[in-house]
Amino acid sequence: MSLSVQLLWLIPALPLLAAVVGTLAPRGEFKLSASTAIAALTLSFLLSCGALITALADPSAHLTSNFTWFDLGHGAVRLGWLLDPLTALMCVMVTFVGLLIFVFSTGYMRDDANAKQFFCFLSLFAAAMLGLIIANSLLLLFVCWELVGLASYLLIGFWFHKPEAAAAAKKAFITTRIGDLGLLLGLLWLYDSTGTLLLYDEGQGVLDPVVLAGLGGSTAIGLLIFCGAVGKSGQFPLHVWLPDAMEGPTPVSALIHAATMVAAGVFLMARVFPLLTPDALIVIAFTGAITALLGALIACAQSDLKRILAFSTVSQLGYMMLAIGVGSWVAAIFHLLTHAFFKALLFLGAGSVIHAAHHEQDIRALGGLRGPMKTTFVTFAIGMMALAGVPFLFSGFWSKEAVLHAAHGWGFSQIPFYAGLVAVVLTAFYMTRLVAEVFFGHPRGNGAAHAHENTAAMTLPLGLLAACTILLGAIGTPWWPWLQRTLDPEFLSEPGGAGLMATSIVLVALGLGAGWALYGRKLRQKSAAADPLAVIAPRAFAFLAARMKFDKLYAATFGRLSDTLAACADALDRHVWDGVVRLLARLGRFTGLVNREADEEGLNAGFDATSESIRATAKAYSRAHTGDAHGYLLMIAFGFVVLVFAVLVGGGR
Amino acid sequence: MSLSSLQLCLLFSSALFCLGLMAALSRSNTILVLLGVELMLNAANVNFIAFWRYGPNPEAATGVVFVLFAIAVAAAEAAVGLALVIAIYRHQKNIRLQEATRLKG
Amino acid sequence: MMALILIALVTLASAAAAMLLRNLIHSALLLTASWAGLAAFYLWAGAEFVAFAQVLVYVGAISMVVLFAVLLTRPPQPMPVTPPNTLGRALVALITGGAVLGVFIGAIVSSPLPATAAPAPTVSVKQLGLELAGRHAGALLIVGALLTVALLGAVVLAATDREPVGASLDDVRGRPPGTPLQKSGDAP
Repeated sequence: MSLSVQLLWLIPALPLLAAVVGTLAPRGEFKLSASTAIAALTLSFLLSCGALITALADPSAHLTSNFTWFDLGHGAVRLGWLLDPLTALMCVMVTFVGLLIFVFSTGYMRDDANAKQFFCFLSLFAAAMLGLIIANSLLLLFVCWELVGLASYLLIGFWFHKPEAAAAAKKAFITTRIGDLGLLLGLLWLYDSTGTLLLYDEGQGVLDPVVLAGLGGSTAIGLLIFCGAVGKSGQFPLHVWLPDAMEGPTPVSALIHAATMVAAGVFLMARVFPLLTPDALIVIAFTGAITALLGALIACAQSDLKRILAFSTVSQLGYMMLAIGVGSWVAAIFHLLTHAFFKALLFLGAGSVIHAAHHEQDIRALGGLRGPMKTTFVTFAIGMMALAGVPFLFSGFWSKEAVLHAAHGWGFSQIPFYAGLVAVVLTAFYMTRLVAEVFFGHPRGNGAAHAHENTAAMTLPLGLLAACTILLGAIGTPWWPWLQRTLDPEFLSEPGGAGLMATSIVLVALGLGAGWALYGRKLRQKSAAADPLAVIAPRAFAFLAARMKFDKLYAATFGRLSDTLAACADALDRHVWDGVVRLLARLGRFTGLVNREADEEGLNAGFDATSESIRATAKAYSRAHTGDAHGYLLMIAFGFVVLVFAVLVGGGR
Repeated sequence: MSLSSLQLCLLFSSALFCLGLMAALSRSNTILVLLGVELMLNAANVNFIAFWRYGPNPEAATGVVFVLFAIAVAAAEAAVGLALVIAIYRHQKNIRLQEATRLKG
Repeated sequence: MMALILIALVTLASAAAAMLLRNLIHSALLLTASWAGLAAFYLWAGAEFVAFAQVLVYVGAISMVVLFAVLLTRPPQPMPVTPPNTLGRALVALITGGAVLGVFIGAIVSSPLPATAAPAPTVSVKQLGLELAGRHAGALLIVGALLTVALLGAVVLAATDREPVGASLDDVRGRPPGTPLQKSGDAP
């Protein structure tokens, strides 16, 4: 079964339909909403598989289906669908991971009163995300991009009665909007330069070689588009929203803020990769390296289960950007795909833990869950090892290896490569810490003490994701780089990565060993006990625990600047503009008064006099019109005589 | 003084016309006013016949035809006029023309 | 010539009498006589068909209609014998009529009219019929329509309304201002 590109729109349309159905369903119809959403996404998944089959028939082709949205004066706004291996693989990934998370959500959100809406929002998100992926027009992509942002806002703030959730939703929305502004400017610039926003259009699209060759100012355009990716993918300096977004329900964190949406930025950069000039790529590479290192560092000192995972997401997204920056977008997509699976697995595992532990998220208060939650533990451990990059068996290792390999081969600088290596150690370290704190030892809190394994709706997706996490590595190994060749037919597998691989394995072992040495050997006894790392380096730990004070920094700089500006604007408003407005109002009133006087005294009087005189004349005529037939007849006869005399006297003849 | 037949006829019609006019002017009974108008119309007919009789081209029966039409119209006028008289009577219980001024402005 | 003068005198006399008499029935009868005189004039002038038409329409039909109208509009109480301004109005009418007559006579006498006493032309009925159905066919049709409309209009005008609207209007008009409409006369 294959899906033609003309029918590609069905993939996002189905979840959208499910969202509509869910919206229209009566309140509390949780089952209807959930089953519609799951059914729609299942169908979308099957269609995506069909699309993948179509795309794999000729991996180098970019199948498009363009149509005119509406005509402008000089041209037309055209949209379209694009089908190539990148699109198809992303679709399959999003629908599959999404489907598993939907199923997980039926268990996780079972007791929530607004679960119906939750599925609505999830469907909306899926529709927007799929639309973003299949878009062949940057305009359509941008629209879906914003829709994704909206869905993310709605879902982060799903528990809006919690002030933190509401604030986090706001923060996420505003922070990503800063990047989106850059993206929008980039798109406008691009449209101005090329006259189209279609990606591929039979030689006329922006990514077609002919147009690319004639494009000027491309570095700026690429960087502006990258701004959007920075916002959406939580890159340094705009990464601050992503950890806060963990206030949303855990399936949301898994789906949106780990697996799919945050990857949209990476996807976008991979999509417009031909547009990026070497200068732009340098910026991207360094941004990615900083983000990877920064995220990993902060993750080491967090104590909230989901926050640790969030910072690890930031770090991994940094890896992907790093890969883009060093020119290997296929490695980025490979890491994106594997990361989507194992991070979704980790988040769902965390969700499972949190659900079982009665919404206890602090790792210091958990512990000892290895026993009661065997499935969760095993799957979580698989995810952890994939993330940490434990060799050979896990997909994370291969994709990370591909990224490091690409960074190593970058000609401009080796700094991003070393940053990546440090992040490898740190990743292994904090993941070990996490697992040791949560699953080993003995329960240190009420929630953990009474935890028990969850239902199949939650464990089944975990199992499937774990299986994928292991299997997915096989498609991109250096010996059989199927994925890379599919995505980029010109991909050359460079031999000689054995030394690098060995280094990386050593580093992972180092990280794991350090983690185990600090946390596993001497397990935490009380939840209030100090962190071993804090004992070693208290100031650094506190700095990292405060997330390197980015929020404080932003509050002190941008926040205060904004406050000052607001105060200035307020003062201006109150005293200057208000005065001007008042003055204008006075002027208006004065003019009005003058007008009114002129009206009443001049115009009205004139009109009144005119109409009065008309009335008087009419009355006079009316009086002359007596209704007396005799009078009329008399007048006629009299008039006749007079006329005859007039003719005679005047000599009319 | 010697009057031709045509002049005599015209004098006759003028006299008839002025008789009708005076009646229409002086009488207050609407029926009589109407009859005065009718007389004036007849005087006009007399004129038509006189000019046809003594005119330059008596073979063309134009005058006669015109009179025939005038009689038809006069009949219609009389019918409508008398109907109006009856309507007036029904409204004001008499047929005094001076009082029938309700339609004035 | 003499015949003409005689006919004119009879016609004018009966018409004048009809206009002067106070009794409407008499007026109507005398007017019929006057119309008959006119018919005689048409005969004298050689327009026989017009004479017949005059007899049929005026002497026969209109006089009957006038009589009916007179009988139908008998005032409930006798009209005032001499309305206050009748005399003055008669005087005005006399002066106006005289002036018009003077103008006419002056015009007739001073005009150079052809004085030929040609033999009376004869217009056969057939010729008239051809004229009417030929050159004047359109006019004939219109006159037919006019007569029909006039007939219908007369019927509508003269027909009795089931509810005498005019009477109630008269009541309202005759009422002193400020009197409520409903309590007309039968309030205790």
